[in-house]
Parts: sequence; C-alpha cells; structure tokens
Amino acid sequence: MSTQEESLKKFQQRIDADEKIEPRDWMPENYRKTLIRQISQHAHSEVIGMQPEGNWVLRAPSLRAKKILLAKIQDEGGHGLYLYSAAETFGVSRAEMIQQLQEGKAKYSSIFNYPTLTWADMGAIGWLVDGAAIVNQTMLAKCSYGPYARAMLRICKEEGFHQRQGYEIMGKMMNGTPAQREMAQDAMNRFWWPSLMMFGPPDTESAHSAESMNWKIKVESNDKLRQRFIDRTVEQAHHIGLTVPDKDLKFNKETMHWEFGPINWDEFWTVVKGNGPCNHQRMNHHIHYHNEGAWVREAASAYERKISAN
Amino acid sequence: MNTQEALLNFCLRLADNNMIAAQRLAEWCSRGPILEEDLALTNISLDLFGQAENFYEYAATLQNNGKTADDLAFLRSEREYFNNLLVEQPNGDFAFSTMKQFLYAAFAKPLYEALQASKDETLKGITSKAVKEIKYHLRHSSEWLVRFGNGTEESLKRSQTALNELWRYTDDMFLMNDNDKALIEAGISIDLNTVKASFMATVNEIFKAAHLSIPETNNIITGGCNAIHSEHLGVMLCEMQYLQRAHPGAQW
Ligand SMILES: [Fe+2]
Ligand SMILES: [Fe+2]
Repeated sequence: MSTQEESLKKFQQRIDADEKIEPRDWMPENYRKTLIRQISQHAHSEVIGMQPEGNWVLRAPSLRAKKILLAKIQDEGGHGLYLYSAAETFGVSRAEMIQQLQEGKAKYSSIFNYPTLTWADMGAIGWLVDGAAIVNQTMLAKCSYGPYARAMLRICKEEGFHQRQGYEIMGKMMNGTPAQREMAQDAMNRFWWPSLMMFGPPDTESAHSAESMNWKIKVESNDKLRQRFIDRTVEQAHHIGLTVPDKDLKFNKETMHWEFGPINWDEFWTVVKGNGPCNHQRMNHHIHYHNEGAWVREAASAYERKISAN
Repeated sequence: MNTQEALLNFCLRLADNNMIAAQRLAEWCSRGPILEEDLALTNISLDLFGQAENFYEYAATLQNNGKTADDLAFLRSEREYFNNLLVEQPNGDFAFSTMKQFLYAAFAKPLYEALQASKDETLKGITSKAVKEIKYHLRHSSEWLVRFGNGTEESLKRSQTALNELWRYTDDMFLMNDNDKALIEAGISIDLNTVKASFMATVNEIFKAAHLSIPETNNIITGGCNAIHSEHLGVMLCEMQYLQRAHPGAQW
C-alpha cells in the first residue's frame, strides 16, 4: 500500500469513528476542495442574503419590527464572518474568496436571487428560508470538519430566532386586514417552491453527494432534508391559515409524510446558472459597494502601517 | 409655556434625532466598506432605534391621549419632526457618514451626561443607559476620523470635505426655544451652551489628531427644533412611514 493510500485509509477510519478533522490534520485534496467550496459558498450566501432583507429595513412598519429585522440581518453578517474564518483555516483569504464570488467562480444560495416585493416577504424569508437553513445547518453541525461543525452549532442557535420572527410576521399578517392576508399568501406563493429548491437537486441527480456522504461532509441526503422541512412547515402554514401552493400536496398516513408535487428543476438551474430575477442586481450591488469602499480599506491599512512603523 | 408640554416636545426632539440618525445609518446595511464595518454601522443604528423607542414611549406617556410610540414615529409629518438638521443629511461616502455620526455623538454624549442631573427621573433613566452606548459611538467615529487623517491623502481629503459640508449644521444642535427655557427653569434640562463647550473640546481634540480644520463659513443653517427642516427629511419620512400610512390601523 502506498503512503497516500494508507493516509486515505486512516482518514476514512477517523471519519467512520466520528472523529472531527482539524485544520492541521492530513486530509485528501478533494475533501479540502469540497469544503472550501462549500464553506465559502455558505459565507457568501449569508452576506448576499443581507441585500433582499436590507431592502425592507428602511420601510419596516414599527419600531419593534425595525429593531428585529436589523438585528436579524446583523446576525446573518456575523454568520458570514464566522464562515469566512472557518474557510480561512484552509489557508484561503477572505479577499480571495470575495474575488471568486465577484468573478462568478464561487456561488451563493439561489434563494437570494428572488426579489423581496412586500413586507410579507420578510416573514416568508425568516420562516421559510431560515427554516430551510436550520434543517440543513443542523445536519452540517454534525459534519466531520471541526471548524465548520462548530461554526454551525453557533449559527443554529441564532437561526431559531430568525425563523420565529419570520413566522410571527406571517401570523400577524394572516390575522390582519384583507390586504395584509393577501400579501402574506402572495409571499408564500412566491417563496414556497424556491425554498424547497434550497436543498439542492434530487438525490438521483446530485453530483457531489456520494463522496460527501462518505466523508461526512453531508450526513443526510438532499431529499431527506427536504422532506423533513416540508413535514414541519406544512403544519405551520395551515396553523395560521396559509395555503401551500401545491395542488398535489397530501398527507400519507402510512409513511407519516407529506407528499408533494413535482419541483420545477428547470427554474432551479436557470437561477443557479445566473439567470434568475436578481442574480445580476445582487452581484452588481456587491461589486459596486466593495469598490466604493476600496479607499477606506486602503486608508485603514496605510494607517496600520504607519502605526506599526512607529 | 407649560412644563409638561415643554417636556413632551423635548422628548420628541431627542427621539426624532435618534430615529432619523438610525434610519440614515440603516441605509448602510449591505453597503459597508468591509463586513465588520457594515455590522458596526447597523449596530449603532440598532442602538439609536432603541433610544428613539425609549424616548417615544416616554413621550407617549406624557401625551396620554392613547397614541403609541409607533404613532409618534410613523404618523407625524415633516413639520412635526423636531430632529436636528445634521442627522437628516444624506449619507454621502463613508467619510461623510462617519463625520455626521461623530458630530452627533460629540453633541449627544455631553447632553446625556448633563441630563443625569435632571429632576425628571424617567429622562435620567433613559439617558443613563443611552450615554453608555453613545460613548462607544463617539469612540468608533473618532477612531475612523483619526485613521482618515493619518491614512492616505484621499482619506484626509474626503473627511475634510465632509467637515466643510457638515459644519454648517452644528449650531442647529445648540439652538434653544421657549421649551428649553421652561425646562431649564424647572431643572429638567440644561442650557445647551454648556453642552456646546464640551462638544467643542471633543471636536478640537479629535480634529487635531485627524489633521482637520473647522471651515470658516457664514452659511450656518438652523431650524430643527422648530421643525423647519432641509428638503431631505420629507423624502425620508415617505419611505419610513409608507406602510403605516398605506394601511391605516393595521397591526404589524
Ligand atoms: Fe444565517
Ligand atoms: Fe438566519
């Protein structure tokens, strides 16, 4: 057996024994690559996600709503920071990761390429998008890479609050005026299917799944996570009087799961490939303000240099 | 001037200052020069919204006519808002916003400190919490000004430009009307000229370290405490109050 094969075998044994892999440990090149890709994509998602919610901060309808929304967006930015740090344990810098994002080489969650059109969208995002994120991140908190798993544990604690505040907005609006109810149902109609797509393509078509499962980068499959989210969320929707926009939705008493209609994967791939309604806008915004801030970053590092020279 | 009315007006002035400053800072959300700074600015914004809420709640109690803090924030028009002209000015670049934040904090800190001696217990309570936050805001903006002054030529130029534009609005913060007179007599508020001395001391110290000079200008604009604003406030309120105005009576 070559040393490479031996290392790989030991590595797999550690994974199988549920040991956490730490930055200085030996790891296969593909494990490293997959995690850099996944963690940086996750970090970018947190940061780009600040845009659709930031769109409503100035128009939040009460002092309380304003404070909650701002605090929530701030949390997301904080998640971005932890995740960039987790990815930096592989020796890539945040600046490099941002460059990859801006060059279109790194992706972020497609859900943020949909526009936030009404205040109810703040409810739908918190409840559905953060709700889906919780299902995914709870799974990732068990992943084999130590720094990522620990970042996820910290983040999951805050996601509960995000989901509740979103559900509260939806509940209040469903209890409100006819116009409010209409806004809430409309937000549900627009965000339901894209939220289901957040778990990624079906297991039969998922490109990275098998290896990721072996290395416990993912410990549960896309379809399993998606089903868990649907089972939780359908009941919550009905509880506040929202209709799930799926005519095929029905409860299967034998499996105890909600069965759902076909997902439009063409739409998913269109958005992933950059042709969703806001892909262009989100990236332009990120690049524009990044460039606007260049002189600030230069001034700060010039000042640092002067201070350390003295 | 009835003391109760004067106190109500004073609370609204403090509330409106925080509300409008917070709303401007919130515009930075997702637009900061670095992620850490994006978070710092929204954090300051969040503090100021919290302070605004405390002052509005007290104002609502004083008014005692069934109106809530939200009604005061979201259903008054530009001629009923009493914030200072400085805080409603558009954000400009990061140096401009930092300068605005600095000048406001350099005013609010000594004001809140002086209000610790107020005979009004509620005002004392609200400002004693606020003063802790405002100290941090002042430090944060001061540090950036010093960085700009000792960073690059461009950063110094940008912060001097900001000061040249914004200095004209600083006198407005110390303008007093009959409300102030009534409150000074009642031992509730203080002569804002004493706050100005402390403001000038802070400003001179930081400007020296940041290589900035106060511009000579005859173009001094005042009016905030009498609800005479710049054109910018009305536009801000349109955006801020839109949902409350479009859906009267709705709960959010
Ligand atoms: Fe997050
Ligand atoms: Fe979240």
